[in-house]
Amino acid sequence: MPVIEAVGLTKTYRVFQKQPGLRGAFAGLFWREYKEVRAVEDVTFSIEPGEMVAFLGPNGAGKTTTLKMLSGLIYPTRGTATVLGFTPWERPDAFRRRFSLVMGQKNQLWWDLPAADSFQLHREIYSLPRDRFERTLGQLTEMFGVEKLTRQPVRELSLGERMKMELIASLLHEPQLLLLDEPTIGLDVVAQGTIQRCLREYNQARGTTMLLTSHYMRDVEALCNRVLVIAHGRLFYDGPLSGIIERFGSTKLIRLQFEFEPVPADLDRYGAVKRTGPVAELNVERAQISEVLAAILDRYAVVDVSVQDPPLDQVIARVFEASRPEEAAHVPG
Amino acid sequence: MSLADAAAPPGGFWTTLHKYVNIYRVSLIERLAYRSDFLLGTVLRFLPLLTTILLWQAIYDSARAGSDPADGPKAFGSGAVTFTMDQMIAYLLLVHISRMFSSMPGLAVGVARSIRSGDLKRYLIQPLDMIGYLLAYRAAHKTAYIATSFIPYAVLFILCAGFFDTVPDGPTFVLYIVALLLSFLIGFLFELTIGMVGFWFLEITSFLFVVNTVNFFVSGHLFPLDLLPPFWAWLFKLLPFQYLAYFPAAVFLGKVPYDELAQGVLIQFAWVVGLYVLSRWLYARGLRRYSAYGG
Repeated sequence: MPVIEAVGLTKTYRVFQKQPGLRGAFAGLFWREYKEVRAVEDVTFSIEPGEMVAFLGPNGAGKTTTLKMLSGLIYPTRGTATVLGFTPWERPDAFRRRFSLVMGQKNQLWWDLPAADSFQLHREIYSLPRDRFERTLGQLTEMFGVEKLTRQPVRELSLGERMKMELIASLLHEPQLLLLDEPTIGLDVVAQGTIQRCLREYNQARGTTMLLTSHYMRDVEALCNRVLVIAHGRLFYDGPLSGIIERFGSTKLIRLQFEFEPVPADLDRYGAVKRTGPVAELNVERAQISEVLAAILDRYAVVDVSVQDPPLDQVIARVFEASRPEEAAHVPG
Repeated sequence: MSLADAAAPPGGFWTTLHKYVNIYRVSLIERLAYRSDFLLGTVLRFLPLLTTILLWQAIYDSARAGSDPADGPKAFGSGAVTFTMDQMIAYLLLVHISRMFSSMPGLAVGVARSIRSGDLKRYLIQPLDMIGYLLAYRAAHKTAYIATSFIPYAVLFILCAGFFDTVPDGPTFVLYIVALLLSFLIGFLFELTIGMVGFWFLEITSFLFVVNTVNFFVSGHLFPLDLLPPFWAWLFKLLPFQYLAYFPAAVFLGKVPYDELAQGVLIQFAWVVGLYVLSRWLYARGLRRYSAYGG
């Protein structure tokens, strides 16, 4: 049985259109124009137990709106979803005990008190037996490497440490599903790395299903072998990360190292060239790789050569650009 | 992995009660971290009281100047209930006790802000009822506040003992305590209900300002409602606001006739039930709106 099953999820918001200026503000008091904004449109997918899946998309693509529907915060305009066997927006307690949603830095921790006190509150909220709670807490603080910090007031912690506490709080009741909205936003590379490692370990040890949104490729590459790409509310890719390049990366990158500068000027005839010292990077259509490569090796004295896939974030950026509908609508969240 | 074999969801009244009592306990620990704020706040609260007492002394003195000393001590009041100067000062002191239970600083604004900022999410995601949580939290807040300001208040009342010409008998005192506890609930539910307006309006501070100003007057915080013309005194005593300040103080001073005491407390209880139902209803409607439009 899948942990998440979404069928045709659609969310339409009605957004008040304010006319600019004072005149517009007055007019808005008496009559209002609304615009329908489709935040999420006909999104269908399913996630099996233990999977780690990334939701990829630019800002305003509908990632967060989808997470909000799956966690029961909002209900869809159309479509259905079953999460852990429940309809999320009915919000039964049994459902709420079994998942966690972590939304960025929105914190659930008491600011002036040590995180340990907030964890106590979580224990009460979820009515966790003391021994099980202590055991889980011990394991989690050890895994995140924050044993020494739980007695320190939360306001004195760094952003990364606070995020770790936030994640610990969300895992205390041993949820079967973890929904993460931008778990590493604003964090330095080291903290990002720790959080990625912990999430991966936790997933492997417990088989907890995780769905995370991010626009950091690093998160996605480190954590998920399956991605859902969403842009302008529509889901248009569901599959392994590497598949994105196969499907959307139409070019490859030929990297050439020459013995001497400057790089030959007539290289441009094979494609767009980026020159840095004696190195040239050439974007070439996939189908023409062997032909171009043969021609180059034949003509020039090349010290070293490699053929690579273009960086993933470049491919995805191009995909997002290409998917932009004529009317670029602003979509909340 | 079966999805159904996780910890069976605890349910039932006693389990739920137990949970919120524990939340109260944890919140109490949190609130006690701020005990020095409480102490300072309590002391600062006495200062305006001093000026109010001086003001009333001046009013009574000037009223006495124009009357025959043979009439006895001057008393104000429009109906059957009148207040001498000593009783007036005792009343103002007792209003402070009422407010100690019924005031809920920042509750309405806090609820509205959590709706606006999205912090409300927490109550939808976790097995936690917002009203239950806020009640446990506020009860903890009050407990900590009353515990830390008990000594300064005791000193104040001993110093001012001369203004109290009567002391309530046993049954009256018990009803006084009940009235205070119910005034805590009315204060809580009233502010909560106001906060729910935040589901429909982004900004509630000006609305709240009007409500608080009116409340200050009609709750009897400024002076006893009996000083108003009979019609207004009658009208304001029909509203729930009087239970926030006037009613408990009047009970203590014996201004509520003995045979109306129990009835008064019952009406107060009815207001608690009414406001509870209203706030629950608004919360349910608000959530439906919240879930439809955003979050």
